[in-house]
Amino acid sequence: MVSYIIRRTIMAIPLLFGITILSFAIIQAAPGDPTSLMMDPSMKPSDKEAFRERYGLDEPIHIQYITWLGNMAQGDFGDSIIKRGTPVSELIMNRLPNTLLLMLVSTILAILIAIPFGIYSAMRPYTKLDYTVTVTSFLGVATPNFWLGLMLIMFLSVTLGWFPTGGVATLNADFSLWDRIHHLILPAFVLAVADMAALTRYTRSSMMDVLKQDYIRTAMSKGFKEKKVVLKHGLRNGMIPIITIFGLMLPSFIGGAAITERVFAWPGIGLLFIESAFQRDYPVIMALTVISAVFVVIGNLLADILYAVFDPRIEY
Amino acid sequence: MSQVNPEISQKELELNPNLMEKPDTLTKIFIRKFMKNKLAVVGAIFLLAIVLISILAPIISPHPYDQQNLLAKLQPPSADYWLGTDRYGRDIFTRLIYGGRVSLLVAFGSVLGAIVIGITVGALAGYFGGIVDAVLMRFVDVIISIPSIFLLITIVTIFGSSLQNLIIVFALTSWTGTARLVRGEFLSLRSREFVLASKTVGTKSYKIIFTHILPNAMGPIIVAATLLVGGVILSEAALSYLGLGIQPPTASWGNMLQDAQNYTVMLTAPWYPFFPGFLILLTVLSVNFIGDGLRDALDPKTLE
Repeated sequence: MVSYIIRRTIMAIPLLFGITILSFAIIQAAPGDPTSLMMDPSMKPSDKEAFRERYGLDEPIHIQYITWLGNMAQGDFGDSIIKRGTPVSELIMNRLPNTLLLMLVSTILAILIAIPFGIYSAMRPYTKLDYTVTVTSFLGVATPNFWLGLMLIMFLSVTLGWFPTGGVATLNADFSLWDRIHHLILPAFVLAVADMAALTRYTRSSMMDVLKQDYIRTAMSKGFKEKKVVLKHGLRNGMIPIITIFGLMLPSFIGGAAITERVFAWPGIGLLFIESAFQRDYPVIMALTVISAVFVVIGNLLADILYAVFDPRIEY
Repeated sequence: MSQVNPEISQKELELNPNLMEKPDTLTKIFIRKFMKNKLAVVGAIFLLAIVLISILAPIISPHPYDQQNLLAKLQPPSADYWLGTDRYGRDIFTRLIYGGRVSLLVAFGSVLGAIVIGITVGALAGYFGGIVDAVLMRFVDVIISIPSIFLLITIVTIFGSSLQNLIIVFALTSWTGTARLVRGEFLSLRSREFVLASKTVGTKSYKIIFTHILPNAMGPIIVAATLLVGGVILSEAALSYLGLGIQPPTASWGNMLQDAQNYTVMLTAPWYPFFPGFLILLTVLSVNFIGDGLRDALDPKTLE
């Protein structure tokens, strides 16, 4: 087991290099100089040279990459081009807690709703409730999450005034927990919907497979209550594939968070990415691309390790 | 039936009169299985209708898609403007059917591209294995690890968002699932007897890949491609909603929603933000239903 974890971790290293090379290459392919936005057009050519030298742009490309990588490994993502002199890491750290809060709450919401419905559907397949759950999850997958957000803002915020239209808290107000929760409800729900739908379907099919197994029938025939058999023997085995699904859903979840943040003006790293893309603030774009990908790699690594921990039947 | 299979003896015929009928072709079985899935049939009809309406948009649209009329802005649905008008007095119905052209063209075009790339990469990796497989699949892992909306936004802001660019960018970011799938199919098929037999008689690699293995893997590929169409429609709409897709005055479902995200619009003309999103929802739902139907219909293991 330990050797599997070590091997699996080592496998992630070339992946991280690949991610940094790809992110670097895309920005390098951009026409024009990344610093042309920072330079005054009336600048003298000699000043321009000095400027390029200061940012290391006169170096050969592989040296630039290695410098960038080395700085990044030390937590230095460079300075923002648009917000002069502000370190990218500072911009990100200011926004990161908001994104993590949104993602955490919406993941919990998705799990709390999806798993019970998935289990119930699997226990009573082809009943009315099962069909309702299935159709609802089809709808959830097909709904554009930003449109769902717009509709909720339109009906619940603009028309009825029940919720704020966006942001993390009321401006210029003292901190209040209820105010924060009030702002969090709609975005967390919207972000959870697609995952909820997918998770329900995976839980249902995984549980249906498990409930067909001999040990479930044996436990039932011994006269244990159905609920106990399903939750105690079924759930533990049925949840194992779900761990992997979580890892696989991570990239689209992070992407979905970015769009949701845009809809609700939620100042997280997704919104920062979108703003930076519009302003061509390349250091921020590169940093966030790499960070989100590293997050995905670590998530998948954890999922694989947890899978191995929870399923002792598999030998590595 | 008039055509009698000559190999069936008289005795067998007496036992089972059905043997006289010609066995159904695979296509017939496929159609019958697909037709059994009502939701898939409804989805197929709806999608076909959307495609036809989009193609015929210039003929059936009641107004020009970019004609502004500030005197008639944000009108409610009426006999003249079936689904109302937008902030510039343009007919929403007309813009919806023109927007469908963009969404569907980008979706179908890029999925076609993604499938070609995915099959090529997956087939090479799965057939040759070893170092080819390792290198290609690590590359796939890299692309999958970066949230695709980030890649899309970055590439589109750098290279622009013309229709061709959008198709290329979506193709380049959505082939990885197909590649993994095809690789898996190839890995399991390449050691089967019929492939070994072709290798033994000296058939060239590309011929084995395209004429012997690929046709056997087409079922799952078609299903994946269908579901991918729905995914691309959603991503394209999201990109346009951010203002990074096709630029106005050309209509797309996503950029209509961007235009509609406005306090006054939401308060006075709620139908405007409703319709484009609802149409995206119905289209993606149809595509996913079709994908589901195809999965059952193309699977030789499912019973009729």
